[in-house]
Amino acid sequence: MSKEIPQSPIKVLIADDSPVDRFILQTMLERLGYRVVLAEDGQQAIERFLTEKPDLVFLDVLMPNVDGVEAASSIKEAAGEDFIPVIFLTSLVDAPSLARCLDAGGDDFLSKPYNQIIIEAKIKAFSRMRVMNRTLSLQKNLIERNNKHLLQEQTVAKQVFDRIANTSSLKLSIIRYYMSPMAVFNGDVLLADISPTGSLMVLLGDFTGHGLPAAIGSMPLASIFYGMVNKGFGMSEILREINGKLNKTLPMGLFCCATFLDINLRKKRLLVWSGGLPDGAIYRAGGKTVERLASRNLPLAILSNQSFKAEAVRYVLEPGDRVLLWSDGIQEARNTEGVMFGEERLNALLEQELDNVHIFDDILQKVQHHIGEGERDDDVSLVEVRFPDEAEAAEVEKQGSRGRGCLQDWSLDFRLEASSLRVFDPMPLLLHITSEVPGLRQSNSVLFTVISELYNNAVEHGVLGLKSSIKQSPQGFAEYYRLRKEGLENLPKDCFVILEFSHKVDPGGGVLRIRVRDSGAGFCPDETVATPGGVPIYHGRGFALLRSMCESITVLPPGNCVEAQFRWLAED
Amino acid sequence: MSINSSLSSDGRTLTIAVDGRFDAGSLDEFRSCYESAVRDGPIHFNVDLKRAEYLDSSALGMLLVLRDYAGGESASITISNCSPEVKKIFAISSFEKLFTIQ
Repeated sequence: MSKEIPQSPIKVLIADDSPVDRFILQTMLERLGYRVVLAEDGQQAIERFLTEKPDLVFLDVLMPNVDGVEAASSIKEAAGEDFIPVIFLTSLVDAPSLARCLDAGGDDFLSKPYNQIIIEAKIKAFSRMRVMNRTLSLQKNLIERNNKHLLQEQTVAKQVFDRIANTSSLKLSIIRYYMSPMAVFNGDVLLADISPTGSLMVLLGDFTGHGLPAAIGSMPLASIFYGMVNKGFGMSEILREINGKLNKTLPMGLFCCATFLDINLRKKRLLVWSGGLPDGAIYRAGGKTVERLASRNLPLAILSNQSFKAEAVRYVLEPGDRVLLWSDGIQEARNTEGVMFGEERLNALLEQELDNVHIFDDILQKVQHHIGEGERDDDVSLVEVRFPDEAEAAEVEKQGSRGRGCLQDWSLDFRLEASSLRVFDPMPLLLHITSEVPGLRQSNSVLFTVISELYNNAVEHGVLGLKSSIKQSPQGFAEYYRLRKEGLENLPKDCFVILEFSHKVDPGGGVLRIRVRDSGAGFCPDETVATPGGVPIYHGRGFALLRSMCESITVLPPGNCVEAQFRWLAED
Repeated sequence: MSINSSLSSDGRTLTIAVDGRFDAGSLDEFRSCYESAVRDGPIHFNVDLKRAEYLDSSALGMLLVLRDYAGGESASITISNCSPEVKKIFAISSFEKLFTIQ
């Protein structure tokens, strides 16, 4: 890209103490169409240069009162970033002398006696160079401006990120961490929060890439993490949600290496899921062992949720045990000679001093010592979580808890009358409510089937009185649903369906009791009878499904009320 | 909820993809997908449940009706990309005896 330089006639400065030589050159240049400014010596040359701002300067080498070489130096300095060609005028012919002119700061020399053709050619050549120089200058300014904008954008992005990423839990007494303030632009992110169930959840992530693309993934990650921990969701649910979101939103090829810790302070156990980050470590108190937390999974965002596995590895923790995590920034930290800190050095640190309560500081110190004056962009991320004794654990839990919890024990009665039965589909609303119990949310698709069956049975067999046996053939199947549609248009005025939900938590998880009552006379749900010949049964499957999905199904006489009990188990 | 169908390039396989809920509300759309397929058209049917989230027993009925339309005993129907929950539903109903479940 080159900007058009306005083509005003080129202005040339001639400095020569010989009036004759000055005149000859001036005449030649004016004949060529250039504007000319004159100077009699080096001092005048400098002054005229400052006032007239010529495009090109001819300097006689030998002049009184500041010679050509000194004048050239001053003129070049005054020109600054602008390229003003300086051509020495000289009668010298030997190579060393001519070379010395150029060494002294000149761009070219012109030998006397002057040749007009040569002069014109040289001026044209230098003019091209000036245009090139000006283009470069403009481009450089543009790049500087763009760079400044990028930095401003990053600052704004970081502010948004800091607001989403709640760092207050990182200030808990049992957590120590080191991360560069601009870490999010290296893709590194550290999140921690305490759930209502007494679990400290920690997530260390490392997104591929650098700059804004790396930072952008951190926002949905942090948003989902804090939202779900707050509501009491378990590690697998949270990981699944994050993986799904990132899988859908990140472009192909971008992913997030991560390690997720679920440290339950009451149950004294640790659940770890690790995908793609360097192996973490459990540094046992009393100095007997170091256990490595191996990464067994693909990083987040790569697999679709169908293939994603959120299986965790379980460990028991005792007071004083320390869990250490880090991103690959430590291994890859380079010193001034470009040598990496490396895995061996890190492993040696971990394994040599087994009962080191200062292990966090030691690792950090050794890495920083290694880097020395080296890298400007420090990409080191290190986290230590120390498992507390009972007293401190209670304190920590108290510090961490705030904000909304999740549904525990509750009940809900929902009654649909004729006008609603005709047009309203209650499933999304009901599932939305049951989803507020994290333990039920993980069984969403099963609950849909259960509630849908109960509700449809109540409407079709109960209120509308349709017999399931109508669906005995494909034609019957179509007829059944035609009758259903017709029936909904002509509902008896005072018909209704009531759904009663009642949920209670217990030590192992919880139980949801669903009772569906309709205004009909009562029906008997027929069950599937498996026929040996494999003849397809078009009806009666629903009840078999209910039986297998629920802990119990009871039909209350006279048959217009069905009760299902659905149990869910808490993650360990 | 949405249902889309596409014919393979050799015209022998019709793929019906169910998105979201697969229940009584899907009946008309599901049926029109395969009924609009040409008479001497597809021999194989593939019901793709990759993006299906919820199923109830009416979905099971619809699949049986499809099977009947596709020739009953001689029908060749694959139900693909089933999540573990969906597979369980088919297992409870012994559907693997009638369909190829993937």
